[in-house]
Amino acid sequence: MSKFKLLTDGLVKNNPTFVLLLGMCPTLATTTSAINGLSMGLATLFVLVLSNMAISLIAPVVPDKVHIPVYIVVIATFVTLLQFLMQAYTPAMYETLGLFIPLIVVNCIVLGRAEAFANKHGVGESALDGIGVGLGFTCSLTVLGLVREILGSGSAFGWSFTGGADGMLAFVMAPGAFLCLGYLMVLFNKFLKNNS
Amino acid sequence: MEKLLVSPNPHIHAPVSTKTLMRDVIIALIPAVICSFVFYGWREILVMAVSVASCVLLEWAITKYMLRKPSTIGDLSAVITGILLALNLPYTTPWWVVMIGAVVAIGVAKMTFGGIGQNIWNPALVGRVFLLVSFPTYMTTWGAPQGVVDAVSGPTPLGAIQEGLMQGASVQELTSAFNYKDLLFANLGGSAGEACALALLAGFVYLCCRKVIKPWITLSIFGTVALTSLIFWGIDPSRFTDPLFNLLTGGLVLGACFMATDYVTSPMSLWGGVIFGVGIGFLTMMIRYFGSYPEGVSFAILIMNSVVPLLNMWFHQKKFGRK
Repeated sequence: MSKFKLLTDGLVKNNPTFVLLLGMCPTLATTTSAINGLSMGLATLFVLVLSNMAISLIAPVVPDKVHIPVYIVVIATFVTLLQFLMQAYTPAMYETLGLFIPLIVVNCIVLGRAEAFANKHGVGESALDGIGVGLGFTCSLTVLGLVREILGSGSAFGWSFTGGADGMLAFVMAPGAFLCLGYLMVLFNKFLKNNS
Repeated sequence: MEKLLVSPNPHIHAPVSTKTLMRDVIIALIPAVICSFVFYGWREILVMAVSVASCVLLEWAITKYMLRKPSTIGDLSAVITGILLALNLPYTTPWWVVMIGAVVAIGVAKMTFGGIGQNIWNPALVGRVFLLVSFPTYMTTWGAPQGVVDAVSGPTPLGAIQEGLMQGASVQELTSAFNYKDLLFANLGGSAGEACALALLAGFVYLCCRKVIKPWITLSIFGTVALTSLIFWGIDPSRFTDPLFNLLTGGLVLGACFMATDYVTSPMSLWGGVIFGVGIGFLTMMIRYFGSYPEGVSFAILIMNSVVPLLNMWFHQKKFGRK
């Protein structure tokens, strides 16, 4: 598999949100605005790349019977690291995302890539795969957050274009998340189908 | 006879089609629509026109350009969705909010699931609830009926009671402000369809006589609401409103007669229908008494709509000869 394909696979063909439907919990809960979606995506990207690399290194020596606990410990280490970093350098975002940062530990995308890819491939390839899937997740969350923010609060990336008027509040709440996700998924898969 | 006509069965046809049934529903809605025009004036006519026109146009556009199927606007179901949506909104709703409601009703709740016959929830109610959640200011600014100056807005009876209870007043003081005759003949603020309970009941009787709908869903809703509120009212009349008040206020009559009895989104069998109705009545009363919204009919109907596939499975008709 070429290096470039490793990157783009996670972005389009195996897009974790719109195609694989992984990591739905943070997807639905944190995308109330484009910025929130973007930061959640980047946080996951950070953990994903580092854990993919670490797991590809230790995979040959980990006994098969305990590999899931070991992977979880590795992932949890990086999540704790991320948590401290965010608390120190982006305290506002740390407050907004709240519980969803520690929950990256049990994000199925991270463990899924460790199980399906990183433990069978080298460090470089695993890192590329992590970047691809992580970027796919980040882009999906940003787009979903952007659509919800435009419809729900009449602004984009915090920049308001309706002159203070409220948008359709339902899109900021949970039902809007499901609605937007559903329709974006339809569009994405239609686009994929037309281009394959 | 020179020719013997040979054709496969069935040989007897009934002249009933989706279109004739929907036409009957529209006829049944006419008294309520006229009442809403009379009570709320030209702005209600505008809301109605925008709602019906956008529902029909949208269904036409979606079938033509997105689904590429034969158009289904001929069966008049979109017209009914439009009328019901307009009856579910306060007459002061701006036209663009009505259009958004129509987009959600037809586009999201109906056509996304494949059009008539395949929607899980009542389209007009989904439109209404979406607007209620999205635009709470427009959706709870109830203009008082005509005769009062346009800009004056009054709370609905249910809204007034919930607010009053929070301020510590007792239900008796609060309900004494409302006259039951007014509730029946509409002289109060509210959605256009809450205007005149009598007109809605007339439509319901017409539908039952024409055998367009079966009365058991509606009756079980009324029965459950009456019984639940009777129990609570009996326990503590200073906290809970009485049965008659609950039957006549809010969208209960509209919801029970025209929304819950929608063919697509209600159970097929007798007992399924009864349980469906009991569920709606009970949930409505729970939301009214303990919920944060003053009115719960629309939420109750939508919740029970989601249970309909289960009810259809549990209470399907026994086939003749089967054990």
